Amino acid sequence: MMPEEMPFEKPIIELRNKIAELKSFTNEKDIDLSGEITKLERRLVQLEEDIYGNMAPWDRVQLARHTQRPTTLDYIKGLFTDFMEFRGDRLYGDDEAIVGGVAAFDNQPVTVIGHQRGKDTKENIRRNFGMPHPEGYRKALRLMKQAEKFGRPIICFIDTKGAFPGKEAEERGQSEAIARNLLEMSGFKVPVVSIVIGEGGSGGALALGVADRIYMLENATYSVISPEGAATILWKDAAHAQEAAETMKITAPDLKELGIIDDVIPEIRGGAHRNLEAQTSYIRNTLKQAIYDLNKESPEELVHKRFIKFNAIGDYGYVNDANPGGEET
Amino acid sequence: MIRDIFSRKRHYTTIPSEKGKKDVPAGLMTKCPECKTIMYTKELNQNMFVCDHCGHHHRIGSTLRLKYTLDENSFTEFNEGMISQDPLTFPGYKEKSEKDRQSTGMNEAIRTGYGTIGGYKAVIAVMDAGFRMGSMGSVVGEKISRAIDCAIEEEVPFILFSASGGARMQEGVVSLMQMAKTSTSLNRLHEKGLLFISVMTHPTTGGVSASFASLGDVNLAEPQALIGFAGRRIIEQTIREQLPDDFQSAEFLLEHGQLDQVVHRHELKKTLLTLLKLHNAPQAKKKEGEDDA
Ligand SMILES: [Zn+2]
Repeated sequence: MMPEEMPFEKPIIELRNKIAELKSFTNEKDIDLSGEITKLERRLVQLEEDIYGNMAPWDRVQLARHTQRPTTLDYIKGLFTDFMEFRGDRLYGDDEAIVGGVAAFDNQPVTVIGHQRGKDTKENIRRNFGMPHPEGYRKALRLMKQAEKFGRPIICFIDTKGAFPGKEAEERGQSEAIARNLLEMSGFKVPVVSIVIGEGGSGGALALGVADRIYMLENATYSVISPEGAATILWKDAAHAQEAAETMKITAPDLKELGIIDDVIPEIRGGAHRNLEAQTSYIRNTLKQAIYDLNKESPEELVHKRFIKFNAIGDYGYVNDANPGGEET
Repeated sequence: MIRDIFSRKRHYTTIPSEKGKKDVPAGLMTKCPECKTIMYTKELNQNMFVCDHCGHHHRIGSTLRLKYTLDENSFTEFNEGMISQDPLTFPGYKEKSEKDRQSTGMNEAIRTGYGTIGGYKAVIAVMDAGFRMGSMGSVVGEKISRAIDCAIEEEVPFILFSASGGARMQEGVVSLMQMAKTSTSLNRLHEKGLLFISVMTHPTTGGVSASFASLGDVNLAEPQALIGFAGRRIIEQTIREQLPDDFQSAEFLLEHGQLDQVVHRHELKKTLLTLLKLHNAPQAKKKEGEDDA
């Protein structure tokens, strides 16, 4: 299946087509156009450099939402062995917008959990487009507690537009389910690593994100509200989404600069969907190092450092203070 | 942005009287938004801003809340001068914050401090929907986190009154992370065996509802308060269905098992006092004993 093209890639695609056309022309008509072709190929390299090297936040939003973008289960398949899915929250049901279970990473048992979008309409309906209900978060919590019991690291993949805004979700305590995960995750005595692989939408994403290491794929986004939602609130018009994507600082490089994530995992040129295997190997390298480092920490160190990490996030000052963020006198 | 959490000086003040004035509606008469009855503001004030006719709980600010809750002159405020910065350099944010500081006489959407209720000590945090709709940015997160640190140091219960529309959009993902920050602090309080009482007042929604407000050992709410994760309009658009009138009201949450009690404003202080009495000190003492052993 050819990857679907994104609007910002159009000049590249057009140039590629032109080159292909000249090549076939050369073959058919027996005219030597190799000089022209070489020139265009050089221009293509430059153009790819320019476009993929300078992606606007809105371009990344589109890639993060790409229908063919790899999902949690795609990465689980490539990163782990012996994955066994565990289902249900033991309280209400099984929310397929979140998948989780036990697996081996580098021969070490781990618990893996992630938001799960569907690949087609049918699967999306079953998985509610990757937007969990409370039972999804409670399943995740059950599996995380199990990981702590057996002393295995927890690896979370974040990929959701947000927790589902629905009637039953509210009735069953969407707020409490998310809040409980935030509190419990902060106290787990095993390593926790979270990787934002697609969209990280608000509290519904954060509920799998209170981790010792937080990474984002280069074209993933992480935000308090979708660009469309922000545009509606701030400019009273969803059409300003592109502007909102820039203002809200939601891309991986933005979050790295804000000091909220630990690192950006590079993406295949043009997006993770262009080469799943290569993308998986990039993630594996980062994950391997993170787990190696965290395995050395004592349970107490893990919890303490996790507290310090989140407690340090914030930007504040004082009235009539020349040193914002400094101590109050 | 990293700071040493254990070596900070605390800032104590008493409530300036002009602030108290700003809390009370300026007009001689006030109309109840629920039953439309027009009442003398003075009488309404004497009734803790609860409508005599229909029981509607009018919105009140942090000054009145502190007055209704704490023993007289027992409040010492922490970090009163803390103000928001502008982590995203968001257009217009600094000006809007400054405007709210001017109009409300407060520096941020929350006030925290130390006080007593019927003689029982507690650390208290009160959100104020008058400032940026009570939204949670860095200052709200930091003040809650420091208040919890203080409760841990002093081994006293922590009481939080929420009144908030949720995360502060202008601080973007930094505001989102305050949900994690406050919950992480609450987990430490929990580990120390200390009591946390969450009192949800109108409105408690979004990121505030989905973090500290829902994490009380005891979750209380005022009658009719709007409490929920997602906004009504967004839910209605998503499920293409009209929601019942009482959806996301305190009573609705009580019925769905999300609250311990809905408490009338007149009964709140008494309720808190009973809870403080029943949770008084033994757990803190036990912890000390364990350390010695
Ligand atoms: Zn009334």
